[in-house]
Amino acid sequence: MNHTTGAMIGAIPAVRFEAVTKRYGQVVAVDHVGFDIAPGTLVTLLGPSGCGKTTTLRLIAGLEQASDGRILIDGTDVTALSAAERDVSMVFQSYALFPHMDVMENVSYGLRAMGLKKADAAARAAEKLALVGLSGYEKRQPSELSGGQQQRVAVARAIVLEPKVLLFDEPLSNLDAKLRRRVRDEIRGLQQDLSLTVVYVTHDQEEALAVSDRIIVMRSARVAQDGTPRELYNAPASRFVADFMGDANLLEATVGEHHSETAKVSVGPLSLDLPHRGIAPGPAALAVRPHSVRLTAGSAGRGGIEGQVTKAAYLGDHMEYMVATVSPKTEIFATAADVNRPHAVGADVAVHLDPESIVLVGND
Amino acid sequence: MTRPTPHQNTFPARNIGAWLLLAWAGLLILPWYKVEGGFFSFGWLADFAAHGPAVLRGLHDAPWLLPLALPLLAATWLWARRRTAGLAVAGGIALVWMAVEGLAIIHSGWGFGWLAALAGTKGPVQPGMGWGAVIYALSMLMLVAADFAGRGWCKGDRFVIGSLLIVIATLVIFVAYPLLSILSSAVRDNSGNFAPALFTQKLFDANIWSLDCLIGGNRCGVAWNTLFVAVLVGVLATALGLALALIALRTQIRAKWLLRGLSILPIITPPFVIGLALILLFGRAGMVTEFLSHHFGIPRSRWIYGVAGITMAQVLAFTPIAFLVLVGVLQGVSPSMEEASQTLRASRWRTFRTVTWPLIRPGLASAFLISFIESMADFANPLVIGGNYNVLSTDIFFAVVGAAHDQGRAAVLAIVLLVFTLAAFLIQRQWIGKRSYVTVGGKGDGGTPAPLPGGLRIGAYGIAVPWLVLTVVVYAIILIGGFVNQIGRDNTPTLQYFLTAFSVEKGVGGWFLSGSAWPSLTMTMTLALVSMPFTAAIGLLTAYLLDRQRFAGRALFEFLAMMSFAIPGTVVGISYILAFNVPPIQMTGTGLIIIISFVFRNMPVAIRAGLANLGQIDKSLDEASLTLGARSFATLRRVMLPLMKPAIVTAMIYSFVRAMTAVSAVIFLATGRFNLATVYIVGRADVGEYGIAIVYAAVMIVLMMIVLVGIQFFVGERSLGRRREGVDAMPIAA
Ligand SMILES: Nc1ncnc2c1ncn2[C@@H]1O[C@H](COP(=O)(O)OP(=O)(O)O)[C@@H](O)[C@H]1O
Ligand SMILES: [Mg+2]
Repeated sequence: MNHTTGAMIGAIPAVRFEAVTKRYGQVVAVDHVGFDIAPGTLVTLLGPSGCGKTTTLRLIAGLEQASDGRILIDGTDVTALSAAERDVSMVFQSYALFPHMDVMENVSYGLRAMGLKKADAAARAAEKLALVGLSGYEKRQPSELSGGQQQRVAVARAIVLEPKVLLFDEPLSNLDAKLRRRVRDEIRGLQQDLSLTVVYVTHDQEEALAVSDRIIVMRSARVAQDGTPRELYNAPASRFVADFMGDANLLEATVGEHHSETAKVSVGPLSLDLPHRGIAPGPAALAVRPHSVRLTAGSAGRGGIEGQVTKAAYLGDHMEYMVATVSPKTEIFATAADVNRPHAVGADVAVHLDPESIVLVGND
Repeated sequence: MTRPTPHQNTFPARNIGAWLLLAWAGLLILPWYKVEGGFFSFGWLADFAAHGPAVLRGLHDAPWLLPLALPLLAATWLWARRRTAGLAVAGGIALVWMAVEGLAIIHSGWGFGWLAALAGTKGPVQPGMGWGAVIYALSMLMLVAADFAGRGWCKGDRFVIGSLLIVIATLVIFVAYPLLSILSSAVRDNSGNFAPALFTQKLFDANIWSLDCLIGGNRCGVAWNTLFVAVLVGVLATALGLALALIALRTQIRAKWLLRGLSILPIITPPFVIGLALILLFGRAGMVTEFLSHHFGIPRSRWIYGVAGITMAQVLAFTPIAFLVLVGVLQGVSPSMEEASQTLRASRWRTFRTVTWPLIRPGLASAFLISFIESMADFANPLVIGGNYNVLSTDIFFAVVGAAHDQGRAAVLAIVLLVFTLAAFLIQRQWIGKRSYVTVGGKGDGGTPAPLPGGLRIGAYGIAVPWLVLTVVVYAIILIGGFVNQIGRDNTPTLQYFLTAFSVEKGVGGWFLSGSAWPSLTMTMTLALVSMPFTAAIGLLTAYLLDRQRFAGRALFEFLAMMSFAIPGTVVGISYILAFNVPPIQMTGTGLIIIISFVFRNMPVAIRAGLANLGQIDKSLDEASLTLGARSFATLRRVMLPLMKPAIVTAMIYSFVRAMTAVSAVIFLATGRFNLATVYIVGRADVGEYGIAIVYAAVMIVLMMIVLVGIQFFVGERSLGRRREGVDAMPIAA
């Protein structure tokens, strides 16, 4: 895996996974996963439900013990250590605030477990509460807080020990849609202000793109791709990543002979010159984002694919179309900014692809 | 900020050192053997040589104790080298040797016949183990735990492994070992010689298996008798329970009082009380019998003494249990499923038949099997009302206390009974447990349950109402029966019985409790109170291990822990007598054995309370605590315990109340000094002194009621407040 970014050269990774595997009986939840996480960055584990994100996170926390492989935190092998002994904190999906303790007791819990005096613990806890904007809420019970406030308490409780790594498991999933964007930005802000190392789990690619320094895409217990948001979006390593990172249309294509950086790629009647990105000649796929598909009325001329509109939906600021094509035989999802002269269902259209925003991906 | 250094890499020197010190104390200072007159009289200090520690005894007259020093020396050597690997071997050898020498040499010589034959002598003797042995064994167990933790078992958590080993050890000693003792005495004759032929002869005895009654003979074997009643009671109690549950949850009544009342009754009622009340109603001189013979000339008869009486009493006693199971099941049927069916144009009857009924069917089987087990295990009702109709539990009792005094026969009968109840228990857990679709106490997702179809409602009322009336009459009889001269015949009020049992007089030294019931009542309360915290502690610890820890053999562990639920009290009683009458663990005749029997009889109730409570505590709470640097013990103390208050209270109350009302196991263990309320009452009833028996039973019921309602009122409403459901949903079995 060669994803070493500039920031990491020479630095000891905050978290390092070396071929880590976690098995539950027959189920392999995490399969030979390896990655490095640079200190002070926010890295997202992204993937569909059940792909092993939470398990990976819990392996970092020490809530699960690896079946195989090594886990290093800040250069130290922690594979055999329990959660209580790792310098890692976690913000749980349910927040997991202790219901029998007030906000102050919750936040100072870790300090007290370390053996700090009550007054000292309270002083440091108050500091963190101020950081998340909850000064004055010390005596509240968790049940007397809104969802967003509960989450901030959970964050304060997690950062009070100034852990080497802070973990979030789908932190936005219990919030309503309006709050999500705000909380997301708050987490990112806090991470940047305090230079925290954060591992963040989500299944929402938009959220991942918005907050991450780096994204690790997972698929059925393995790492599918690991890179910056831009790399993942613009240069997905596989059909899966391309699809997952933004509803790409995947068109069957054939790669011809390579000419230095590019290759002739034929898709249906079209023949395009595209960067081959190391994909061998033979069958492959083209990832085409819906917004880079252009539809024109009438039958296709040169440079277009013939199709017929099967669905058209008006969404206020844009249109969404589904176009059935014969060669290649598929359905293409397209969006268009022009809402005033929509294509009707049943109309013949020509589908134009913008070579600049098409990516060639290998069959996987 | 850095956290304390990880402990896997550091050797837990202080902790292991402390256990080593204790082990040495157990071996070198404390009396190894049981001290007559009790350890805390400290008489053993005066006669140190005779009651001395293992080393002294070893050098003097018990050389087989000396090898016990070797594993301890080895462990100490390991400790000095700061190693845990190997402690398990040392500890294991020590424990195995203790078991071997303890079983091989008993108070009367060699413990095994073949040893005596081999040696040709009577052999050396030794008394039962004492505090030294207990402390030594416990320390050795903890050393084993330290080794396992060092190997990374249970995430290297010494507290978890230590608790696990302790719970397993106590289960082995107080559940498994007594059961094995039954097996071992079943295959021996009464002088202790191995006699397999006698065993088969006893096992296939006509008294147990004969089917004469089917072909016109006068009686069937006791196994068939028991089975017949149990099936009958299972069917009737389940039907009644279902009717009541449907009424409580699916009609306009939705009676809270019905639920409350029925969930409390079986707990506070000593099991034989219903039998007694039935005698007072339908016995030869009973109220109803009197009335019928006086007004209608129907001749008095003894019909109630026998299968009719047992069945009636048990159905009355166990219907509430079936009811509670079925309420749980019925509550688990989400109303939205029934609503879905109705929106699909199904009639109410069709909805019930095609949706509700299939969903509750596994619950019905469960209720049946639980009532079946309860009926088989019931000892007191057959005792007071069974007449000549023998069942297994009473036969076991009479085999040991009667003139026959045939322990081998008692053991064989106990095995037969145990096989029946365990089979039912297994079926209930393995087969129905997995087939059940409804999660008891699962999330309700709103909606109102479908009302019952008309015919079904009438049917439910039709069987439930007479039962309720009979129940009310039974309890009324118990509460007032002791305060009239002779209920039915002579209804003049009297305090005569009450005063005989509970009078308080002023004597020379001040007031004293002169009533005949006081000694047994205070003794019972003392023993029940002492057993209470232990039951709660071990039950909740077990629940915690089951719910929150993953380890190899967890399923087996759970099975063992819950199995004691299915062991009839009579079997426990006889097994304790057989196991603990002789060294190595000699406890009969003490209060301790009664307390221990309370603890292990009631442990499943505490486990259930704990599991119900833990199920409502999000697992991420403990995980949050762990990631914040608190180890499992600190997490248990600071997060789990405060949240488990409802379970603690429930477990304590229920174990107390159940201990107070228990009879079947302790009737074997009670002695003149350690007499118990229930045993006393059964004794009075047995000699026909119904007045005192009834007054005493009424006092017990009222007392239990006050305890239950009082605690629910004072502690319950406030601190149990938010987590009510967990407490109410707990199935209770008497
Ligand atoms: N405790 C467990 N026992 C058995 N299987 C588990 C357990 N936890 C997770 N799994 C399985 O591991 C896989 C990955 O789960 P998870 O890490 O929770 O996925 P994600 O968080 O990506 O949705 C799933 O197939 C899940 O069923
Ligand atoms: Mg997850």
